[in-house]
Amino acid sequence: MAEQQVHMRLWRGDAKGGEFRDYRIGVGEGMVVLDVVHAIQAQQANDLAVRWNCKAGKCGSCSAEVNGKPRLMCMARMNTFQPGETITISPMRTFPIIRDLVTDVSFNFQKAKEIPAFKPKPKEADGTRRMFQEDIDRVQEFHKCIECFLCQNVCHVIRDHDDNKPAFAGPRFFVRLASLEMHPLDCNDRMELLQQKAGLGYCNITKCCTEVCPEHIHITDNAIIPLKERVVDRYYDPIAKLLGLFSTKNK
Amino acid sequence: MAEEKYETHEYDVIVIGAGGAGLRAAVEASAQGVKTALVCKSLLGKAHTVMAEGGIAAAMGNIYPEDNWKVHFRDTMRGGKLLNNWRMAQLHAQEAPDRVLELEEWGALFDRTKDGLILQRDFGGHRYARLAHVGDRTGLEMIRTLQQHAVHKGIDVYMECTLQRLLTDAGKISGAFGYWRESGKFILFKCKSVVLATGGGGKAWKVTSNSWEYTGDGVTMAADVGADLMDMEFMQFHPTGMVWPPSVRGILVTEGVRGDGGTLKNTKGERFMFNYIPEFFKAETAETEKEADAWYEDKKNRRTPDLLPRDEVARAINSEVKAGRGTEHGGVFLDIASRRPADYIQRRLPSMYHQFKELADVDITKEAMEVGPTCHYAMGGVRVDADTTAATVPGLFAAGEVAAGLHGANRLGGNSLSDLLVFGRRAGLYAAQYCKSLKGSLTVNNDQVNAFAREMLAPFESKGNENPYTIHADLQECMQDLVGIIRVESELKKALETLQQLKQRTRNVKIEGNRQYNPGWHLALDLHSLLGFAEAATLAAIERKESRGGHTRDDYPNTDAKFAKVNVVVRKKNGKLALSQEPLPEMPDELKALLEEKK
Repeated sequence: MAEQQVHMRLWRGDAKGGEFRDYRIGVGEGMVVLDVVHAIQAQQANDLAVRWNCKAGKCGSCSAEVNGKPRLMCMARMNTFQPGETITISPMRTFPIIRDLVTDVSFNFQKAKEIPAFKPKPKEADGTRRMFQEDIDRVQEFHKCIECFLCQNVCHVIRDHDDNKPAFAGPRFFVRLASLEMHPLDCNDRMELLQQKAGLGYCNITKCCTEVCPEHIHITDNAIIPLKERVVDRYYDPIAKLLGLFSTKNK
Repeated sequence: MAEEKYETHEYDVIVIGAGGAGLRAAVEASAQGVKTALVCKSLLGKAHTVMAEGGIAAAMGNIYPEDNWKVHFRDTMRGGKLLNNWRMAQLHAQEAPDRVLELEEWGALFDRTKDGLILQRDFGGHRYARLAHVGDRTGLEMIRTLQQHAVHKGIDVYMECTLQRLLTDAGKISGAFGYWRESGKFILFKCKSVVLATGGGGKAWKVTSNSWEYTGDGVTMAADVGADLMDMEFMQFHPTGMVWPPSVRGILVTEGVRGDGGTLKNTKGERFMFNYIPEFFKAETAETEKEADAWYEDKKNRRTPDLLPRDEVARAINSEVKAGRGTEHGGVFLDIASRRPADYIQRRLPSMYHQFKELADVDITKEAMEVGPTCHYAMGGVRVDADTTAATVPGLFAAGEVAAGLHGANRLGGNSLSDLLVFGRRAGLYAAQYCKSLKGSLTVNNDQVNAFAREMLAPFESKGNENPYTIHADLQECMQDLVGIIRVESELKKALETLQQLKQRTRNVKIEGNRQYNPGWHLALDLHSLLGFAEAATLAAIERKESRGGHTRDDYPNTDAKFAKVNVVVRKKNGKLALSQEPLPEMPDELKALLEEKK
């Protein structure tokens, strides 16, 4: 395939402000958006800030909004755009801008610290840990998360509401919480966190997170909804509540 | 230029690099009660370990009870063409199972056997199915487990912070110096000990599976303070990288494809690996397709030659392509589609399925993949003490890919993740012990720090007009063409000259923009490490006049008994790299006996 010229618009700037700038550059066969960004960086804008590592959809570093759609730049093939289409790339909107396409995602690392750790139950009598594949399939789905934070970026609870951030963990950490809660060996309790500080109740299951997940994790159906059911069982079950009147357990 | 004030932190142990080895080292050092920080160039959890696919080699014997550390030791030594440090190979084989089980205690979920134990898969050079794994995303499981464990232990992490210079006081480590990527501001760590866990330098080659981080920082930093490097001539070219389309060339295709039944074919449809079984592995390798295919189910048969060690397979692919039996894109076929059912392939190799589908429009359950060798792993690196991981400079430790010794002339697949765990833990443990036993106080020489700062800012004041990306591309071109899979003295010498020219050109690099998150500047600084790594690798390659493992010389095509007894050591003297050949440590007789068994 002969090299084609494309028109790219990249957001350039920092926390103080910025603008979209236009670039025209040649595109070769099989290239992805990240390749084009790298070509611009090498040939036209040496200081263009962008995060990346694996270039194969495994590390979740190169998240951005491509023509308004949150996705990994390394998995966005150039041949999926119309010939002549202008491709606009902006940084993730939910996080503060550092520079160009790089945002400050420290919010996520802060939330990770707040989650009670994995706590395994005692070993089997023979000293082993026995778990069966069918019992861990669901949790392994959650462990596929590459922490690209696209689900966090697209979540409307925090996307345009910075003020909600202190009280909301976001889809990534609901997946993490679900992976711990459903881990066959774990015996820690995270229900109170879920109901209160993690703000599970804020989620009204619009499934935006599931739609953008590059790992195709069923975030809403497999993680968030089952967690909501567990919270309801613990805190709002009328029968348990009634029994609770006669018992001091489960308070 | 006015001297700026540097942000300064004090710790006992600084771990540089947050892949598997760095995380495991930090966890251990911190558990030993010394003040520890972890410093990494990317965000936490993005290090190269995340890309490891196949699994962690550990003789747990969950599938084949006859497997044990002795067999693993033997496989590792033979895979490394007996140039491995025997003590490291022994410790690694003995401790790997405990390290894997420890990950399970910290929340990792490996694929299971029918009895509910950790499932183990076949891989090249391993006699038994030995790799604990999670589909083909084992590295992700490992890094996430270690990352979360480290976070919950409250270890201080400095992310997107690049350390590129070590400080010494009277020959002992006293600190490390670098910059925040975000702000471009300098940062100084005063410490008693540094653990290098920086990985390799594969980004000096053009076709590579390595990410931008793999710039040889640890090797160059260590050499700069006088530490010995060893085995730098041995680079592993993984036999199966993607070759098409051009933009994905080099991206890794896991050996698990062959471990799970895939086979290599040329354009005539021949399973050509049967034509490339070396004498050294003849006794343990299947000679017919029938025996090879039966081996997957019954280990009484001999192993398929598709799973010979990586150096053998990479050379074979190279020869097939040269002989005109390669694909139009310069690769060969890797076929699992015709050999295993689609649902099996999707379950065992989900990320390979995804990767080919999305990036190459190839459905691996229906078509063969096109693959060819890609620069993947440095067997050589910082010379360390086998038990303690101590480098030859007091206070300096190294673990994982940056360290030399365990893998000898060639690493077996799966032995890297186990290496990270076994020696990451040891590095943390012995670095902590070193700190506790250290007497007297250390000082940081401010003149030295200021000199480093000036060096690192020089590109902003340069009057030249060199583009750092162009210099990097020229370096990759040079190493790919002249220090690749097949080497010859005249080309290696030409490479040395080119490296000198590139070094000159780095003085004329011009930086656009300011210090804030400026990849052009970062790359300009990385060139120092990349060139240091490349020069050491090229010098060592000239010195070893034989072919062995990940070092193949066209002008010396055979192994040479003289070189079987020595490591090539590189160290910096008066600002220049110098070479020496040093004898391998003597192996005890009981371990020698293990190697002499025929099968």
